[in-house]
Amino acid sequence: MTIPAIRVRGVTKQYGTLRALGGVDLEIAQGEFFGLLGPNGAGKTTLISALAGLVRPDGGSLEIMGHDVVGDYRNARRNLGVVPQELVFDPFFSVRELLRIQSGYFGIRSNDDWIDEILASLDLTHKAGANMRTLSGGMKRRVLVAQALVHRPPVIVLDEPTAGVDVELRQGLWQFVRKLNRDGHTIVLTTHYLEEAETLCGRIAMLKAGKVVALDTTENLLRRFATHSLRVSVDQIELALALGGVAVEDDWVEFGFDSYGEVEALLARLRESGAGLREMQLGEPDLERVFVEVMHRA
Amino acid sequence: MPEMHKAMHAGAVSRIEPVAVDSPLTGFRTLLYKEVLRFWKVGFQTVAAPVLNALLFLLIFSHVLDRHVTVYGDVPYARFLVPGLVMMSVLQNAFANSSSSLIQSKITGNIIFVLLPPLSYREFYAAYVIASTLRGLFVGMGVLLVSVPFVGLSIANPLWVLAFGVMGGAILGSFGVIAGIWADKFDQLAAFQNFFIMPLTMLSGVFYSIHSLPQRWQDLSHFNPFFFMIDGFRYGFFGQSDTSPWLSLAVVSVCFVFLAALALAMLARGYKLRS
Repeated sequence: MTIPAIRVRGVTKQYGTLRALGGVDLEIAQGEFFGLLGPNGAGKTTLISALAGLVRPDGGSLEIMGHDVVGDYRNARRNLGVVPQELVFDPFFSVRELLRIQSGYFGIRSNDDWIDEILASLDLTHKAGANMRTLSGGMKRRVLVAQALVHRPPVIVLDEPTAGVDVELRQGLWQFVRKLNRDGHTIVLTTHYLEEAETLCGRIAMLKAGKVVALDTTENLLRRFATHSLRVSVDQIELALALGGVAVEDDWVEFGFDSYGEVEALLARLRESGAGLREMQLGEPDLERVFVEVMHRA
Repeated sequence: MPEMHKAMHAGAVSRIEPVAVDSPLTGFRTLLYKEVLRFWKVGFQTVAAPVLNALLFLLIFSHVLDRHVTVYGDVPYARFLVPGLVMMSVLQNAFANSSSSLIQSKITGNIIFVLLPPLSYREFYAAYVIASTLRGLFVGMGVLLVSVPFVGLSIANPLWVLAFGVMGGAILGSFGVIAGIWADKFDQLAAFQNFFIMPLTMLSGVFYSIHSLPQRWQDLSHFNPFFFMIDGFRYGFFGQSDTSPWLSLAVVSVCFVFLAALALAMLARGYKLRS
């Protein structure tokens, strides 16, 4: 049986009266592109920090590629690369110096070939000699990714890597991460951009108040929780709301339905009500709806 | 969002292996190298400035007192002063190195780059303390070298000088690790420096022999571990001191063991580093 990339069993963590993690169980297979979603304070960063050894859980166990993060921390950390959420850097060093130092921390002395490859992949080659202080925010973000990869870890965790990042860098970053995934790296992603998670992740876990409240493939989640939607702009919004619609903005009302066969009947009822249809839009199921639904039910 | 395809989902994957470790000591060596490089890159601030400070002390005090004071019988005051200034520089800079490096890393958040790799807490401690000791010794050497044109150089027993120099640096380096981990803000660290390190250093006999003090102050000086560091160091230069160098070495060793144990215990628990 293949060892899972990440195995989390009954992990709990309490900060005073705040329960950050309330018994999390999770298993992520090697090669997965896995999404970890949840509102602020759900426990995503605490769980990632526990995997990285930055947070010590009160109970339970965590393994990376079969290595316990406490008992066998050296091997666990050698198998894990973390791109932190905060844009942190050491102002004393150039990009290449930082990557050489980071390699050294992981026990690697001569790593320039791999460092050059990472720099080229992240379009940082021309900035290799630049001091970190002189780089733009986007460049610093790329260096953070490079630092997480210097030891070529099989498991890579990206904690909201595109927060505050412009569209061009975001697209470039996702292309690079998808290539890493195709090469065999396991990717764990937390993000507030649900569209990204829906497009990239094969499987998703949703956390709320330190507990996993949904865990399934992205397709299954979309099938189980999300409905299609019909949005209509009408002259008399009260009449449309009386048919079971939900006001979404100004004079727009939204109706949910499971199959397109229901649309015809819905439009007929709207016409009969005299609401006065002006415009309409059809919406596909998306992860945002799933997220809202799951968080509402949990 | 551009067209993107769903990434792979737990299919057959090629096994990725981390880059092989060259030597089990490479992590420790790299952290030590990084800590030395960190102060070396700002050498004007971390080495040259404290050397200049000590030189100013020497010029002013020796100008005022040299013709009026002799110590240990016939040692001129300026010559007596130099070992004290050297050791004071070693101690203050060793403390400043580890404490400022840690608090800066904690406040800016880049401490994460040291906490994520597979470094043990012992390697962490040893790298910070050795780097601090090296900075202390660099500055101490600088102070000694710029003093030579004014007072000459004679070292009665270099081994004692080396032993107390290294131990003093290691003790204050360890103390800096403790303070750097404990402090959450720069002003807490400044309080450590101004209300603890500075008074204990100044009252340790850097500028005087404790035999010139009233008996009560002489007795109190024996509760100040900095006195034993400086007195033992001075013994290496003159072959004479206020107290036995063996007693000083014993006190200094006990201090080192205590502070090293405390720093290691904090690191092992992950105190204020790993929540």
